Amino acid sequence: MSLDQATVARIAVLARIKLPEADREKMAKELSGILDWVEMLKELDTSKVEPMTSTVEMVLPQRADKVTDGGYPAAILANATEPVRISNTEEAGGFFTVPKVVE
Amino acid sequence: MAGIVELTLAQLRDGLRAKKFSAVEVADAYIGAVEKARDLNAFIVETPDLAREQAKAADARLAKGEGRDLEGVPLGIKDLFCTKGVQTTAASKILKGYVPQYESTVTSNLFGAGATMLGKLNLDEFAMGSANITSHFGNVKNPWKRKDGKDLVPGGSSGGSAAAVAARIVAGATGTDTGGSIRQPASLTGIVGLKPTYGRCSRWGIVAFASSLDQAGPMARDVRDAAILLKAMAGHDPKDSTSVPRPVPDYEKALTGNVKGLRFGIPKEYRIDGMPAEIEKLWQQGIEWLKAAGATPVEISLPHTKYALPTYYIIAPAEASSNLARYDGVRYGLRVPGSSLDEMYENTRAEGFGAEVRRRILIGTYVLSAGYYDAYYLKAQKVRTLIFQDFQKAWEQCDVILTPATPSAAFAIGENQDDPLSMYLQDVFTVPVNLAGLPGLSVPAGLSAEGLPLGLQLIGKPFDEETLLRVGGVVETAANFTARPGA
Repeated sequence: MSLDQATVARIAVLARIKLPEADREKMAKELSGILDWVEMLKELDTSKVEPMTSTVEMVLPQRADKVTDGGYPAAILANATEPVRISNTEEAGGFFTVPKVVE
Repeated sequence: MAGIVELTLAQLRDGLRAKKFSAVEVADAYIGAVEKARDLNAFIVETPDLAREQAKAADARLAKGEGRDLEGVPLGIKDLFCTKGVQTTAASKILKGYVPQYESTVTSNLFGAGATMLGKLNLDEFAMGSANITSHFGNVKNPWKRKDGKDLVPGGSSGGSAAAVAARIVAGATGTDTGGSIRQPASLTGIVGLKPTYGRCSRWGIVAFASSLDQAGPMARDVRDAAILLKAMAGHDPKDSTSVPRPVPDYEKALTGNVKGLRFGIPKEYRIDGMPAEIEKLWQQGIEWLKAAGATPVEISLPHTKYALPTYYIIAPAEASSNLARYDGVRYGLRVPGSSLDEMYENTRAEGFGAEVRRRILIGTYVLSAGYYDAYYLKAQKVRTLIFQDFQKAWEQCDVILTPATPSAAFAIGENQDDPLSMYLQDVFTVPVNLAGLPGLSVPAGLSAEGLPLGLQLIGKPFDEETLLRVGGVVETAANFTARPGA
């Protein structure tokens, strides 16, 4: 399965990774190589096989819908880029910032 | 005391308990060893102050006779485990400077058992690689050298962990294994690496790569040390919904040396085309060792073996593309400005991720995208079922499976890099084990013609790490692997 440059450009947009036009051809070649190789799975008849999502035979555990953690906004924001704090007290917390999305 | 770093983890533990030396003396000896071995680039961050502080606390406990299982034992931690207050990067530029405000469950368990930390160990970026050449913080060197003297790779992704254990600059280390990332580097550096059953160790606080495959495990100098470390690392954790609520056995007690009557499987599909004669010979030697110890070889078939790697290279990138969506420059990590929010995401991720990570995210995005999901991702999940069933059938005939750990010894930087696929083949013997969620153990068993270590792999039934370690101990004794790097 060969990927063309337009498809690679579309995947890069979906993945939110900037891919300069100059790099598209090389990436298309590398991805096509991997996709050609995985084609061998088509040799197998899997029409009666269930897909496997987990190797552990276990029912997903459930817990009571209660707050069990939290209340430390300073720690949450400790690694934020350009955080905005509305107050210096930990309880008051602050905000993550992003570029303006509404004009 | 220079002799301290020569002791195995078990000897070190016993010596600390017997007060032959203090935890601070142990920490100082290792800190000195770490400094001397900086050329390996095994560490991303060294934490000597923390190690000394933890050692003082360990000495206080030991003085009161309250030493825990790993009291005062210095470890290296793969930089994929979040460590509170100590930079954790996954070897990626996108996480450079990230300081977790919480502790991963596995490291928390280790520190709770009294272990101390020498620092954070280098790895392939986001654990994607088999040679430790994709780290933003530089390549790791294998302490072993080939006859031509060229620098060799330590394997990957847990390459820093493997190099550090092999060079005896840590008493033991943590690794993680998604497709072979503990067992392959262990084999290439002459140490023991154990990937436990999926669900045995909590994944909470470990930077996620492929969540249905990732599992943490120990990397150690010998089988006993691996058993001791696994006991401390394993256990149920409500914070990881795939962590299994089963009691943790005392794995060290499993090392009885007795394998009489045990049946070990030899999968015929693992005799791959082009397998070097020395790997084949080592495998045969392993069979002879176990036979001599009273175990019986059984030829088994794992018919879907050749489909494991392509299956893995759909499932792992698919899960990675989803897991790595969180690195967007908003809440933590690198942010590269753009004229819009979308452009900020795109710039951040293009600059923050290295080439191999970008490639895998793109493949993963593609196989999950509309129109291709069924043909690739769903198909791979179905083949995964077939691979899982191969092993289930095998367990009707045998108790454990013996295979080579890797298709070759350590190689030089630049080799196996012609295209992504040649590197992917490094994991041909290890990947099926992750897809089936089984435990796998790599034990050093011999030397290549070039004088480099080669490992044998043992594959066990789910949650039967005890049998795995018991058989591993017998292989270890028979192999009597005493060669050392740089000797």
